[in-house]
Amino acid sequence: MLEFYRQMLLIRRFEEKAGQLYGLGLIGGFCHLYIGQEAVAVGLQSALEVGKDSVITGYRDHGHMLAYGIDPKVIMAELTGRAAGISRGKGGSMHMFSVDHGFYGGHGIVGAQVSLGTGLAFKHKYAGDGGVCVTYFGDGAANQGQVYESFNMAELWKLPVIFVIENNQYAMGTSVNRASAEDQLYRRGESFRIPGLQVDGMDVLAVRGAAEEAVAWVRAGKGPILLELKTYRYRGHSMSDPAKYRSRDEVQAVREKSDPIDHLAKELEALGVKEDDLKALDKQVRAIVAEAADFAEQAPEPEAGELYTDVLVGDY
Amino acid sequence: MTDAPETRTMNMIQAINSALDIKMGVDPDIVVMGEDVGFFGGVFKATEGLQKKYGKTRVFDTPITECGIIGVAVGMAAYGLRPVPEIQFADYIYPALDQIVSEAARLRYRSAGEFTAPITVRSPFGGGIFGGQTHSQSPEGIFTHVSGIKTVIPSTPYDAKGLLISAIEDNDPVIFFEPKRIYNGPFDGHHDRPVTPWARHPASAVPTGHYRIPLGQAAIVRPGEDVTILTYGTMVHVVAAAVAEKGLDAEIIDLRTLVPLDMATIEASVKKTGRCMVVHEATKTSGFGAELSALVQEHCFHHLEAPVRRVTGWDTPYPHSLEWAYYPGPVRLSLALDKIMQD
Ligand SMILES: Cc1ncc(C[n+]2csc(CCOP(=O)(O)OP(=O)(O)O)c2C)c(N)n1
Ligand SMILES: [Mg+2]
Repeated sequence: MLEFYRQMLLIRRFEEKAGQLYGLGLIGGFCHLYIGQEAVAVGLQSALEVGKDSVITGYRDHGHMLAYGIDPKVIMAELTGRAAGISRGKGGSMHMFSVDHGFYGGHGIVGAQVSLGTGLAFKHKYAGDGGVCVTYFGDGAANQGQVYESFNMAELWKLPVIFVIENNQYAMGTSVNRASAEDQLYRRGESFRIPGLQVDGMDVLAVRGAAEEAVAWVRAGKGPILLELKTYRYRGHSMSDPAKYRSRDEVQAVREKSDPIDHLAKELEALGVKEDDLKALDKQVRAIVAEAADFAEQAPEPEAGELYTDVLVGDY
Repeated sequence: MTDAPETRTMNMIQAINSALDIKMGVDPDIVVMGEDVGFFGGVFKATEGLQKKYGKTRVFDTPITECGIIGVAVGMAAYGLRPVPEIQFADYIYPALDQIVSEAARLRYRSAGEFTAPITVRSPFGGGIFGGQTHSQSPEGIFTHVSGIKTVIPSTPYDAKGLLISAIEDNDPVIFFEPKRIYNGPFDGHHDRPVTPWARHPASAVPTGHYRIPLGQAAIVRPGEDVTILTYGTMVHVVAAAVAEKGLDAEIIDLRTLVPLDMATIEASVKKTGRCMVVHEATKTSGFGAELSALVQEHCFHHLEAPVRRVTGWDTPYPHSLEWAYYPGPVRLSLALDKIMQD
């Protein structure tokens, strides 16, 4: 549990720092923070086996990488577009990858990763490697047509894929019920006979519990399962978001009542962990993040020749 | 003589908004749809205030479903409406490609003219905003390659309004790409300098009422004798700055409409100057510049004193870092101009 706490805190502090670096102009372009949603990636990925399972998500991807224990330095350096970034500065905030962790990226095109995740699951089954693919997407992405094409194939072929809808209640400025005829998103797989579960995505232990159940179902060869994680993003959609579509009070109420980190802190304290220990942990995490930020600021930019590498295999 | 029309200083967003407003006011068949275009007024604010003015039935948010948005718009159009769907960034238009290519572009032909799809797909495109590969692309060449649709790209507020009105009134499907780098001001290609606002550019004086700029008419932005430069969108301004910095007497042509193309203006210019350079942000291979260069060669071969040259984005995905190494900016333009004048 303390490890969950540490991971969530790391994501929170990392994202806060990313927001600052953005404000300073060190990170440019598009950058989507995961603040508020930490329990989702941490709870789910803790139930996976690195090296055996695979993960794929959209552009709000920093948290998923941190939850996998990937070095914050190379993640931050990717945000600042440096050669030392995990994708050598080529992907940026929205497009990061890690072969070692079976992390198939960050994808900027809303919904596209859902079909890709279905294909990853196909390979798990084809190879008989016992792995499962966790395919994350947002409540807004859940309205893309290819999601349903993928659902159909996944169930038809009984693929080991866990579809995870991170329902943070908004797609940019559009709330779920303004865009979705069926706004109980866990039911979106019903007509494909994909079972769905709705989970409190602000409670890391609940997420972990649901993840175990889902992994057991999928590993047993029963086909896909759909998890709807009810969560909330505290910050704007990206760094430029006037946030006219919801009130400050709404955001404040969630922060006060259901913050995943505060929630776990209370549980830990009830178990006898001292507040001072949690404070010490925070200090430690802040130091890691500060180091990552320094690294990301000082690392050199890629050479111009990098423009032409990795376009196709070999010389081009 | 009629009185000069009343004008107001507008940037490109305001001009586009004004075109939509003017047309919606007179034609109840026009509807505006897209992701966050209604309540929010669009991520770039191009549709701001329209939902308030015309109601939620005529200006509405769609789910994130590009293929669905365009498909539904084509059906609406076939049955008499004039939808103006927005694809939030041109980079997101690919899921809708099937509906644009197989349905919108082909409906007239295969129904022998009985049904048409008069939709105007508005979409911000192009780079220079540090958007990386999924927010910077210039996919116009994909659309110019398809028979049955028109492709329009304005470069000033004045043109944006006049062209958008013509596009909406046009009875065929139009892809209307808006160069987002110059929404708020023309860009001279020097990313390290502050943006000059549109207010200081004469083309920001935009008539408040209705006017058209016909599709298929290029504009000579700067007359000259030494070399013809064919370009469009943001690059019109980048080229103009580069030419001024060099003190060259170039004739700069803003194509404004890629399909249908104003070949007459191009031909007359190249025959006069004997040299032709094509500039666009999009990648080079099979880009629209390839078409232009072939056409110039076909029409003006005996007048050419030098090979037609292309200055374009590199043949790579749009980069995240190294944006300014990718961008066909002042340095690359200057080298290419030197070269073409020596050829
Ligand atoms: C195909 C496509 N259409 C539109 C966009 C623009 N866009 C980026 S994120 C987003 C909202 C997505 O919301 P959701 O799926 O709920 O994810 P969240 O941002 O809440 O994590 C939109 C419309 C895009 N990137 N790709
Ligand atoms: Mg969402």
